Amino acid sequence: MSFINYSGKEINCKIVYYGPGLCGKTTNLNFIYKRASPETKGKLISLATETERTLFFDFLPLSLGAINGFKIRFHLYTVPGQVFYDASRKLILRGADGIVFVADSQEARMEANLESIENLEYNLKEHNINFNTIPLVMQYNKRDLPNATSILDLERALNLRKVPYFEGVASTGKGVFESLKEIARAVILDLKKKT
Amino acid sequence: MTDSNWVLHEKDFKLVQEELTKLAALANAKITFLVDKDGHLIASAGDARNLDTTSLASLTAGNMAASGGIAKLLGEKEFTFLFHEGEKDHIHLSVIAQRVILVVIFDERSSLGLVRLRVRKSGEALTEIFTVILNATEKEAQDKENRSPFAAITEADIDRLFG
Repeated sequence: MSFINYSGKEINCKIVYYGPGLCGKTTNLNFIYKRASPETKGKLISLATETERTLFFDFLPLSLGAINGFKIRFHLYTVPGQVFYDASRKLILRGADGIVFVADSQEARMEANLESIENLEYNLKEHNINFNTIPLVMQYNKRDLPNATSILDLERALNLRKVPYFEGVASTGKGVFESLKEIARAVILDLKKKT
Repeated sequence: MTDSNWVLHEKDFKLVQEELTKLAALANAKITFLVDKDGHLIASAGDARNLDTTSLASLTAGNMAASGGIAKLLGEKEFTFLFHEGEKDHIHLSVIAQRVILVVIFDERSSLGLVRLRVRKSGEALTEIFTVILNATEKEAQDKENRSPFAAITEADIDRLFG
C-alpha cells in the first residue's frame, strides 16, 4: 500500500508484474531499466537462479517526477512465475497498489495464463486485496510469435474486468512503457479516489 | 494495526528520526533505519551515504517476508528478529508494531548482545510512536476534510509525469 511521507515530500507506490513462467515479466523490467533516464531509475535487483529464472523477485525503483510538490516514486516488482514458487509469489503481492498482468500470447500457454490469473485473484484475497478493484492492466506479450492466440480470445479468457490492455513484444520494448504509464495512471487515480 | 495506505507527517518523522539517531549512538551502530513491510524506506540515521538504501529497504522487506513465511510453516506467528553475520558488518532486523522493520547495521565496535539490548528499548519507544501514527492515518482516512496531496490531482498532472 502506498506510503506518503510529508517530511521527505515523497509518495511511494508498489506495482507488481504478475503472470505465468517465462511470459516476460523480467524482460519488461529489464527494458524499463535500459531505457529509463539515469536520474529517474535506481538499481535493478534480480534475485534469480543460476539459469536466470526469477527465484524471489526483481526490483526496480523509478522516480517519475513531482505532483503538487510531492515526488512520485514507483517500486516495480516481478514475481517468480513458476507454479511451485507460489509461497514467494504471495509474499511479493503484499502491499501492492497496482498489477500489470503479463500474459503469454502463445496458444500453448493459454492454460498457464488462466492458472496464473486465478492464482493472482486467490493470492490477493490472502492479503485482503480485492481483485475486482485493484488497479490492473493487461499486457498480451509475445505478439510477434506465429502461434499467438488472437487478442479477442485472450480478452475473452483473461480480461473479465475489461481493464485496459496492450499488445506487447517486451524483448523489443513494444507495449512496455504503454503498460507502465497506464498502471501508473490507474494507481494515482485510485489513490485520489481513496483520499 | 492498519494494513492500508499510511502517512508520515513532519512531526512524527522527527520523533522517529530522533529515536533512530539515539539507537545508533547507544548501540554503537553504523546505520539504523526503518522500512515498512511493503519495502518502503521510512527513515535512516548514521552514515548511509555510500549505501543504496532504496534497494536495501526492498531486500530487507523481502528477507523479513520470506522468514515470516517460514515461521508460518512452522506454526509460529513470526520470527521477531533476524541476524546476519558478515566478515566485517552484521545486520539485525526486528519487527516493530507488526508493521515496520527496524534495521541495525553494525561492525566489531559493537556486539550482538548490545544491539539486542538497545533494539529492545528503542523498539518499545518506536512501537508507541507507530501506534499513534497508524491510528492517526486511519482517522485521517475517515476524515474527508483532510485532503491528501492526491486530492486535487488532474489527468494533465499525471500526463506531465511521463513528459
